[in-house]
Amino acid sequence: MDGVHDLGGKQGFGPVRCASSRTAFKAAWEPRANALYSLGVRLGLINMDEYRHSIERMEPRHYLSASYYERSLTGFTTLCVEKGIVSQEELERLAEGLFPLSLPSAEGRLNAMPRESFAVGDRVRVKNEFVSGHVRMPGYIRGKWGVVVGISPPYPFPDASAHNLQSQDERPYDVSFRTEDLWPQAADQATVHVGVFESYLERAR
Amino acid sequence: MPDEVKAPAPVERRVAALEQAFEERNLIPAGFIDDFAHIAQEDWVPVNGAKAVARAWTDPDFRRRLLENGKAAVMELGFTMPEHHKHLVVLENTPSLQNVICCTLCSCTAFTIIGLPPGWYKDFEYRSRVARQSRTVLREMGLDLPDEVEIKVWDTTTDTRYMVLPVQPPETVGRPEDKLAEIVTKESMIGVARLEPPYR
Repeated sequence: MDGVHDLGGKQGFGPVRCASSRTAFKAAWEPRANALYSLGVRLGLINMDEYRHSIERMEPRHYLSASYYERSLTGFTTLCVEKGIVSQEELERLAEGLFPLSLPSAEGRLNAMPRESFAVGDRVRVKNEFVSGHVRMPGYIRGKWGVVVGISPPYPFPDASAHNLQSQDERPYDVSFRTEDLWPQAADQATVHVGVFESYLERAR
Repeated sequence: MPDEVKAPAPVERRVAALEQAFEERNLIPAGFIDDFAHIAQEDWVPVNGAKAVARAWTDPDFRRRLLENGKAAVMELGFTMPEHHKHLVVLENTPSLQNVICCTLCSCTAFTIIGLPPGWYKDFEYRSRVARQSRTVLREMGLDLPDEVEIKVWDTTTDTRYMVLPVQPPETVGRPEDKLAEIVTKESMIGVARLEPPYR
């Protein structure tokens, strides 16, 4: 989904505030929230893709105003409610106040059929696709050309896995893009490497 | 009757509510929450990655294995990675190349190896800007690279993880491995800093 979480290349944000936030946890509730999510993974209640998608589905103003661990809590709790483990009413009674959750999901999708395999050095293009469900293609590479520089082992296909659809695991490729192709005339010169699933790619013609 | 406008409960009460709901369903093994917090803060620390870096600086065979298959190499040193992190790509910096890692879509890192990400790594400023304005962002963070140094940014969009192998400062060559590990910072393994005296 083209959500506010897809931040790469968005303009308007100021300098990185590195001095003020070196530590991982800032408050005592943060490791507890992190532990509950981790327990959810360990118990098999959720998978990583549906967890990431549950955070992306947060109402945009809530997403942008919440801290990292509040986003984690909101996404994980949304999945617990959607799966019937707890109800929002019960949580709001226990919290003695509102417990805002993420918005409902759009439909997922299966692997592209057929798909092409690529080798290191191949020139590839990211398909010009718009996906309303979960997708791990940052918007800034959509339709762009790049070169394969690495190949990872197969992973569950996020666009299906986040929606609990059966799909084939597939390999992501580390694809190198030039910033002058991604943001012509408006970026520092560099290469940006993105892990791109096979289904998102086509061979450069 | 006017609509009642209610504010969200404070986030610590929301966490406590979810924890209580889990407790009431007997989903939480005894001690799990406290043990987890302990592991997160004591075991997932950048000292792990620093030891791998120091070993790579002093043992060419290990360096080759680390660059070929990062996960297998860090496991040799007794470190673990979650099952779903199937692959660790180690990116070798040189005097003329600076690798930098980020996660624009969320905040993924090899947290068991280089430590849980610092606050700034998860902030919208770093996530939005580092891919597009890498040289500017690095300069703002205190790393002013000469124009001839090439920058490669790595966006962590899958469960493959990345870590940077920083350049060993020349004056430290010959020091024992355990002393070398002490100078390697989390920032240098993310790629937003180089290692220069005074060391931490």
